[in-house]
Amino acid sequence: MSDILAILFASAGFDGATQGILGEGRRLADTLSCKLHALIIGPQNEPMNSSVAAIADRVIAVDQSEISEYDTEPYLCVLVAVCKQLSPRVALLANDTYSQELAPRLAHRLGGSAVGDVTELKSHLDALRVTRSVYGGKAAAIIELKRYPAVVWLRARAFAPAEMRTERVAQIEKFTLDLSGDFRACIIERKREASGATRLEDAQVIVSGGRGLGGPEPFEELRQLADAIGAQMGASRAACDAGWVPPSWQVGQTGKKVAPGLYIAVAISGASQHLAGISDAKVVAAINIDPDAPIFKRCRFGIVEDYRKVVPLLRETLSGTKK
Amino acid sequence: MNIVVCIKQILDPEVPARDFRIDSERREAARGSANLVTNIFCENALETALQFRERAGGRITVLSFGSESAEDSLRKALAMKADAAALVINDGHPHPDPFAVARALAAAIRKIGDFDLILVGRESGDWGAGQTGALLAEELGVPCVNFVDHIDSDSDGLRLKRQTDAGWEIFAAKPPVVVTITNDEHNVPRVPKTRDVMMSYRQTLTKWTLDDLDTDAASIRAANSYYEIVDLLIPVKETQCEFIEGDSLESRVENLARRIQEVTDAL
Repeated sequence: MSDILAILFASAGFDGATQGILGEGRRLADTLSCKLHALIIGPQNEPMNSSVAAIADRVIAVDQSEISEYDTEPYLCVLVAVCKQLSPRVALLANDTYSQELAPRLAHRLGGSAVGDVTELKSHLDALRVTRSVYGGKAAAIIELKRYPAVVWLRARAFAPAEMRTERVAQIEKFTLDLSGDFRACIIERKREASGATRLEDAQVIVSGGRGLGGPEPFEELRQLADAIGAQMGASRAACDAGWVPPSWQVGQTGKKVAPGLYIAVAISGASQHLAGISDAKVVAAINIDPDAPIFKRCRFGIVEDYRKVVPLLRETLSGTKK
Repeated sequence: MNIVVCIKQILDPEVPARDFRIDSERREAARGSANLVTNIFCENALETALQFRERAGGRITVLSFGSESAEDSLRKALAMKADAAALVINDGHPHPDPFAVARALAAAIRKIGDFDLILVGRESGDWGAGQTGALLAEELGVPCVNFVDHIDSDSDGLRLKRQTDAGWEIFAAKPPVVVTITNDEHNVPRVPKTRDVMMSYRQTLTKWTLDDLDTDAASIRAANSYYEIVDLLIPVKETQCEFIEGDSLESRVENLARRIQEVTDAL
């Protein structure tokens, strides 16, 4: 009745977000002296299953033809059915597209409440209190949930992973559910852009470009810099709205909220809506020609210079190809 | 096709951090000298609806649950050429939780009548809970598709293109359905003509109170049955930037590279 449930997508694998959910779930379960259950949905993969089984007390796998690929309505049915069987007090999800769209509906169907993009969880008397950033990162709110179960989606990389046990590894239990329903909305076509294997939210290092780049071509230069240091690519709203790069690259209040160890902002002025997306970045560095650009107020270090002079030289230096 | 676009008026999110203050008693941002604006994703939603109407026809009603001042956002939507506007006046909690908002909107939509397509913004620029669309869909008992940036229709129903973390997906949906709208290069909101702005003030705007709706008005006014903001604070952020110096461009970039290397090595 008072247990914690980690809701995981098999397609995500044992990625940073998954590890964060399990880490926080484990910590919460130990604090509250309850059990940590894990639900893995979709075509199962062995390395992920063993890792999850070494952290959670109980692992439930749902893997059947209706959910071989993500679709909102059947996935929601799976979550509702499993939660009704386990009656968790708290269900934890990642902050990917799918988790965000499922969480409030799951909470509603269970008579609970949802809260998202959370960076801290605490139990306060009998209630759960969470911290999330609001007003575009200009403030942080502490929110007490009033209805249970609490369905919480966590900001990626905000939570430490759990240690894996070598003993008492959980068994994987397979649930088979009746998912025959008349779903009035279903996915008929999918397209993955080749934007790298790691989700932007999970990236350790991000190189991001803005309006100051002036067009799509300079992003190729940034790409080479990113490749040299193993970074993912991001962009400001201006660059995405102009169509220079795909919208999936957008970092900011109206895009992705990222939390890399290092965020390199190139020709990004740092409007508050952009800063909202990087409020959890550990170190921010900037390359900008304008010394008064607001981005420098959020930076640990930066260089005031034309990016066209800095970026090629920086790439050569960092990739060790400089003569 | 009957289309409802739900819009929210918020404190201008572009207010710089240095001017941002908290009203700790009300546990919300202090108004200060900031303007009230329509939430950007709500304007993207209206733009998406207007473009869809140009292709497929239909009637667009804009709806807001908020204070009297939200009338300005609705008038602007009329100037952008929405067909009708309705305001449910919130005389309860100043920042109701997403469940209260969804129940108020659902009751208003049922009062408006038959609906095929409901559009809401993906999230708001103030509290940014990102739940209104999903909870509204559950209240109305219809499917919900999030992060949509384009809507089309054919003989089978609606075609909804939405953004995902890695690309996009297309949904086939039979109306009625709720969609949450995100921004892309094609749904940048149009700027209304001056003449249409003036005309909008002559158009009918329906106003309801919660008591006019078939819903639990008292519980919506109390607005803390789902969750409650118990504290609101301004986080302390790094503000001291080290500007990389050097004798020449080469030496400055080398110093920059070294600093970057130090950080990445420690990850």
